[in-house]
Amino acid sequence: MPKNIYEKIWAAHLVHAPEGQDAILYIDRHYVHEVTSPQAFEGLRLAGRTVRRPELTFATMDHNIPTTDRARPIADPLSKQQVEKLAANCKESGIALFDMYDRRNGIVHVIGPELGLTQPGMTIVCGDSHTSTHGAFGALAFGIGTSEVEHVLATQTLLQKPSKTMEVRVGGALPSGITAKDIVLAIIGEIGTAGGTGYVIEYTGEAIRGLSMEGRMTVCNMSIEAGARAGLISPDEKTAAYLEGRPYLPKDTPWKQLAASWLSWASDSGCAYDRVVELDARNIEPQVTWGTSPGMVTGVRGRTPVLAETADANTRLAYEKALQYMGLDEGTPITEIAINKMFLGSCTNARIEDLRAAAAVAKGYKVHAAIEQALVVPGSQHVKEQAEAEGLDKVFREAGFEWREAGCSMRLAMNEDRLNPGDRCASTSNRNFEGRQGKGGRTHLVSPGMAVAAAIKGRFVDIREWEYK
Amino acid sequence: MQSFTRHTGIVAPLEALNVDTDQIIPKQFLKRIERTGYEDMLFYDWRYLDDGKTPNPDFEMNAPRYRDASILLTKDNFGCGSSREHAPWALYDYGFRCILAPSYADIFYNNCFNNGMLPICLPGEVVEQLFAEVRAQEGYQLTVDLEQLRITKPDGGEVPFDLHPFLRERLLNGWDQIGLTLRFEDKIAAFETARSASA
Ligand code: SF4
Repeated sequence: MPKNIYEKIWAAHLVHAPEGQDAILYIDRHYVHEVTSPQAFEGLRLAGRTVRRPELTFATMDHNIPTTDRARPIADPLSKQQVEKLAANCKESGIALFDMYDRRNGIVHVIGPELGLTQPGMTIVCGDSHTSTHGAFGALAFGIGTSEVEHVLATQTLLQKPSKTMEVRVGGALPSGITAKDIVLAIIGEIGTAGGTGYVIEYTGEAIRGLSMEGRMTVCNMSIEAGARAGLISPDEKTAAYLEGRPYLPKDTPWKQLAASWLSWASDSGCAYDRVVELDARNIEPQVTWGTSPGMVTGVRGRTPVLAETADANTRLAYEKALQYMGLDEGTPITEIAINKMFLGSCTNARIEDLRAAAAVAKGYKVHAAIEQALVVPGSQHVKEQAEAEGLDKVFREAGFEWREAGCSMRLAMNEDRLNPGDRCASTSNRNFEGRQGKGGRTHLVSPGMAVAAAIKGRFVDIREWEYK
Repeated sequence: MQSFTRHTGIVAPLEALNVDTDQIIPKQFLKRIERTGYEDMLFYDWRYLDDGKTPNPDFEMNAPRYRDASILLTKDNFGCGSSREHAPWALYDYGFRCILAPSYADIFYNNCFNNGMLPICLPGEVVEQLFAEVRAQEGYQLTVDLEQLRITKPDGGEVPFDLHPFLRERLLNGWDQIGLTLRFEDKIAAFETARSASA
């Protein structure tokens, strides 16, 4: 019987399915970071357990480290403690750590693929919900809680119930000016923020195939915003080409042979899914979220909702609250929304391709006078070096953007970059929840090009009409 | 892990859809390296005024009648957002042992069981009805019986609920997941051997 990729990976990693309880699934890669791991290591210690396969575990510091000068000590004692704790735990357990001075450091979901640690057919977990990013390589990747981090450290397995599968097929070629970010926001707008609950999503169709690996990562990254635990894309030649020569591939197998084995994970033609959702890429506009959940989204030519036109009472209530928090009137055209901050970064959109697209928009322009802060934060040291080699940092600096060290930055607002009450920010990150980037801060999610264009014009504009200089 | 068999407690209403983990506990509190001590940080942005310490009188749960609540009543898609276990830790530290809602986000739902807390899914109408009853009667208490999969109301009325048998078993016995899995250590080892042989 033809199988989909999820079924294949599940079958290949099933250690045991004890009667009446969750299945035991083997984990190939475990990424660890400073925020969700200290309690897990502590739990192990208290129970007298050790890390079963330290060589399958890789750690990075990304959430809590400063994006300004790394030579200075971390100002916040608690952040410092977390970072030091991770270093000590890794040392004690023999886990490889890419610390904040390491050239390989960066957001865990950016460096995993960069280093070739993430490979097709793997099971990958991390104590961070955007672990779904790695699904772009045809890996089954998802976020776990700290108790599960401890479970994986101790057993190299995870207890899982099989998920239902959903195919999200995006047909048609992507119109110019439309990016992976717009696709995924449009998908969430279509199925809702809980639409994927209980499912693993496989993205298929011409528009998905047409995306670069960077774009595919952006799409898979936001699977969790659709409620799905994981999102993946069957590997193809692009996947194999991206991985060629990466440092952590198995050394003793020629790339050709690896590539062939990777491709075998792809969904078989004629395989079945529990649910299929279809979208036409040709109808997707540049997307802008107007509310406090990623599902509250519309095309740049659209308007904020009119409450009287919203039939469902619960939805109306949610819209009303969201508009109030966002400080927007009903029926406001998106292009009339003015911003005072911009953030380009996060594990959704901080890869080299994102920075290139954004720099192309910024070139020859200046950030609008009303913008108080416009940050560009590369996703990893490697991305930063590459961008600097291409002169992208200069383009941004000349246009008045701040060029920062790699990290999660404002995305999580755990380090010092955050919004003040009432600030309105065009952001390339993945969440626009209330207070996500700082209490009272208002976040609009957009693609990198849209964010930069908004910073230049001081309000949202349709990137399809941009005059590139 | 703490076991859960039967629990009686005051119910607190939280009238909001899609409550995400950042609202449950804002991220500035995720820097601690302990598993406990999060009670004052629960619902921080809603619970306090801008000074971060004066209780917000408009936040319903702050009313004295809900002070000792241990059962949280809320709406769809509770716990969406991040995978951080700080959210269930904060709820547990505050005193919640059980949550009632029409639906939950996946990871959060799992995390609850790993911390001895019981999230129950109830049909939307039942939840609406409970909201009305909780508000109508000060000191409204429910008894949640995990053994019988049944909630008993103050008037003796009963609401049955469903739960995956394994999850029920785990909570009832307070089983530690790692301990459970390690009973199959031999299978894990065999899996690893088979793999390295074929690789
Ligand atoms: S950018 Fe956000 S989701 Fe991504 S790793 Fe950092 S905090 Fe986690």
